[in-house]
Amino acid sequence: MADMFFGYMRPDGKVGSRNYVAVVPSVVCANEVAEAISNQVMNCRPLLHHQGCCQLPPDLERVTDTLISLACHPNAGAVLVVSLGCEGTDVDRLLEAVAKSGKPYDIVRIQEIGGTANAIADGIKKAQRLSMAISGLQREAFDLTHFVMGIKCGGSDATSGLASNCAIGYVADKIVDQGGTVMFGEVTEFIGAEHILARRARTPEVGEKILRLVDAMETRAKSLGCDMRKGQPTPGNIAGGLTTIEEKSLGAIMKSGSRTIEGVLEYPEMSAGKGGLWIKDTPGREIEILTGMAAGGAQCITFSTGRGAPQGFPILPVIKICGNPNTYARMSNDMDLNAGLIIQGKSSIEEVGEVLYQKLLRTLSGEQCKGESIYYSKSMDIYCMGPVI
Amino acid sequence: MQERKLAVQVQPTDNVASIFAEVSAGDVVEVMARDGSVESIPVHEAIPYGHKLALRDIPSGGTVLKYGESIGIATKDIQRGDYVHVHNLDSARARGDWKE
Repeated sequence: MADMFFGYMRPDGKVGSRNYVAVVPSVVCANEVAEAISNQVMNCRPLLHHQGCCQLPPDLERVTDTLISLACHPNAGAVLVVSLGCEGTDVDRLLEAVAKSGKPYDIVRIQEIGGTANAIADGIKKAQRLSMAISGLQREAFDLTHFVMGIKCGGSDATSGLASNCAIGYVADKIVDQGGTVMFGEVTEFIGAEHILARRARTPEVGEKILRLVDAMETRAKSLGCDMRKGQPTPGNIAGGLTTIEEKSLGAIMKSGSRTIEGVLEYPEMSAGKGGLWIKDTPGREIEILTGMAAGGAQCITFSTGRGAPQGFPILPVIKICGNPNTYARMSNDMDLNAGLIIQGKSSIEEVGEVLYQKLLRTLSGEQCKGESIYYSKSMDIYCMGPVI
Repeated sequence: MQERKLAVQVQPTDNVASIFAEVSAGDVVEVMARDGSVESIPVHEAIPYGHKLALRDIPSGGTVLKYGESIGIATKDIQRGDYVHVHNLDSARARGDWKE
């Protein structure tokens, strides 16, 4: 029998692992109102970010596209948009997309309703209606063709590429083999390993695209005329034994497993239902990549670390798997799984991979992750390409 | 009983291995290869947990290999048993500071 998880069916056919009201500020200036509403109303999660104004048109479009993908994410059972009124993002397009998804939604307009306090009061009433409207939804059983997994490694050290990333790679292969979708990213951490990824591409065109992505990222990194070291690898990576970006990358790609790479997804692009292994065009920093994975429709992120990265996302469970046994012992309140057993020779990659896989199925069905249980959830921002103007 | 000092050589062509113990100068590290064979190497200096030691002599300008791939260029002559890190190994990628 196929492996199953219990999730929430949405009107557009996507399946959620959580059932939140997503409170979506259209611009950074609406964050306070979105946060105040979310603090008052049960099951609300604010998607706070710092974009949406005084940016070049391609970035404004990218921010709108990303907010649309997040608002249409299946973990959001309902959506409350909070608009200031003079933002650069396209609020009409956002509302149209949410309406089309079929989920309940509403909007608060700060300038129109007469300022912050009025907007918060209006928003609390609207969010309360939305929260109650979705509160009775029941979970149903689904196979893994309804699942999108996002992968991330952060706060890496020398154990990451030999233990925790390998266990995630084992799980990634299992999900792809059952018709699920898997996304990995962090293009900066392909530098020095891109030839290996290009060899795994479905077509020569996809292989070329991977090489071009890496070249663009490397050119961007070189543009300030300095050595990238300290930016990548980070001081924490270096203290953990990773000397160069090449060494970090060769360990980082272990988490993608061994299956064929189907293609490259744009940063705001939704991947649900595609099936197979995909690259998400994202940088290495947690807040932007977690957002990119959420925009891609991931209902859960498996997150590998060696140094002890604690990040979480507002509407997603993030499972932390730690490759360093010493870090796991120090930070066991943040780390869900100890892949340090591989380093110590006490467990195989497959054994830890199976434990992770079972934790993943339980998490999709509602079991909390450690970071989630203490509401570690604000590692979010939107990756933009151009300057702030 | 003294704790074993273990290191991992990922691929047979690798000329460095990652050590998963704290080691001091003169300690003998047991380097485990992929095929399960073990080679004992005395280290010349202290090496922190997770950091690398050289399995072979690597001349300045030589390629340092881990995972069977290049992880950069030696900036000094490195001897078997030396600590390999930012003081003697440089990245060859994303070098905005290098002239074309």
